[in-house]
Amino acid sequence: MTLTIDGVHAGYGGGTVLHGVDLVVPEGAALAVLGMNGAGKTTLVHTIAGLVKARSGSIRLGDAELATELAGRPAHRIARAGVALVPQGRRVFASLTVAEHLALSRRKGDWTVPRILELLPRLGERLTHKGNQLSGGEAQMLAIARALLTQPRLLLLDEPCEGLAVDLAARVRGVVAELTRTGLTVLLVEQQPEHARAVTDRLVHLANGVLSANDVLSATADDGATADDGATAAVLPQGQPQ
Amino acid sequence: MSILRRLTPLGFPALIVVLLPMAWVLDDYATKTLTSILVLGLLAASVALLTGVAGLPTLGQTAPYLVGAYTAATLVRHDVSIGVVQLLAAAAAGALFSLVTAPLVVYARGVVVLMITLALGELTMTVAGRWKSVTHGTDGLLAFAAPAPLPGLVTLDTDRATYLYVLTVVAVLVGVMLLVLRSPAGALLRAARDGEARMRASGHPVAGYLTVAYVAAGGLAGAAGSLLVTVERYVSPGAGGFDISALVLLAVVIGGATSLVGALLGAGLVVATRDWIASRDWFGGSMAGHAPLVLGGLFILCVYLLPRGLLGKRTAHE
Repeated sequence: MTLTIDGVHAGYGGGTVLHGVDLVVPEGAALAVLGMNGAGKTTLVHTIAGLVKARSGSIRLGDAELATELAGRPAHRIARAGVALVPQGRRVFASLTVAEHLALSRRKGDWTVPRILELLPRLGERLTHKGNQLSGGEAQMLAIARALLTQPRLLLLDEPCEGLAVDLAARVRGVVAELTRTGLTVLLVEQQPEHARAVTDRLVHLANGVLSANDVLSATADDGATADDGATAAVLPQGQPQ
Repeated sequence: MSILRRLTPLGFPALIVVLLPMAWVLDDYATKTLTSILVLGLLAASVALLTGVAGLPTLGQTAPYLVGAYTAATLVRHDVSIGVVQLLAAAAAGALFSLVTAPLVVYARGVVVLMITLALGELTMTVAGRWKSVTHGTDGLLAFAAPAPLPGLVTLDTDRATYLYVLTVVAVLVGVMLLVLRSPAGALLRAARDGEARMRASGHPVAGYLTVAYVAAGGLAGAAGSLLVTVERYVSPGAGGFDISALVLLAVVIGGATSLVGALLGAGLVVATRDWIASRDWFGGSMAGHAPLVLGGLFILCVYLLPRGLLGKRTAHE
């Protein structure tokens, strides 16, 4: 399903973090939002997921309105509408086993526990381990599994490779890249361009709560990446700097 | 304490097996005290369910406890002499009270919950003291007639019979709660406690789960209120005062906030300290009359030496 964000302002307390963000992620596409610490990446995905209320603007997934300036849906309803978040820092439950994590997240749909364990076989060996007994890579796999079992139509990934060793980060990137080929709409936020480029060639840059594509496109062009102007126009729809 | 924690799954049946023969071992005074411990322990279990398992720290479970106690006492005064009927009615009244007050509690967190529940407890006690046509005000309600547990069974005329009835009820109710908490329902509550935003982002209506937990805890507290009337044959607003709320929270902290069995043990330790150690001539009589002082010392020791209590488990916030 296509994610459409129109003029979203959002923040915490008296401070505004996102300043009129416009973004479109077409159905089945993957888009990466790059930015430094404090750029507003996590606020962006939390606003889409309903954990932060949008102060103005609208967020739509397909035809479903997730948030407007008048009222936002509660986070659990947004999740049930098909939005799944893999949060920064994994956030697995320390007191629950892997099996309990999977059981709590499971809903009817294409993503079943056997399919998940086929994609992430390491979890199958850790079913009786609690969240606080997993390595960083295993916890990240579990966070992804938990999100997939909710049968998402849009997957939000908040720096999934953060804090992982090089080989584990490569494994996580591989899993995310595999997911993008299943037809799932994916929005990835990242600090590291190389992690993002391993997943998608659609990249935008977020700085101080404002989206642009300039920096990243020049970086990808330098590297001979495949980002094209048409794709950029699709993700920055309303005259944002390109 | 790790050995105690490992034994927790077996601990509850073992605890009941140990407690059962006490009816024939202890004298009347000790049996009565142990019965009071079980009643307070059931109330403490309801506090542990909210505070430790669901993450809603409460000082207000004395409210459904009082509601349950007055319901049971009123039934006794209307010649309803079947213990289980009194128990079910009191549990339903406690649960209903919690259902009505749930919107005030389940959307708040942390210290705010503590304050709201404290206010609910104090308001309920005040209403019990003022609504004289129903509660007889601060004079309290006498409920002399001893109930029969079930139709056809003998009435609970002796301390031993009352103890066995209370032990049975506590064993069944706490046992059922332990089974529920070992099911996915328990995992949902623990997950909501440890990562509420994560649960909401996974599509779980956390406020709904907390409402269910709050109502269930209200039912447990109401049932404890019914047992109080069975034991004391009397209820007054003082049965739900702040001192009782604090005592029960102390029991939960000492026993381990995440453990219902720990709450029972904590209640035992607290009441034993208050009623036995601090009121007898032990230690040359130096402790007599100083129960609050002894309890305060016990609490400080526990916080420093056993921050998770006797049976508590680590939560994600530690």
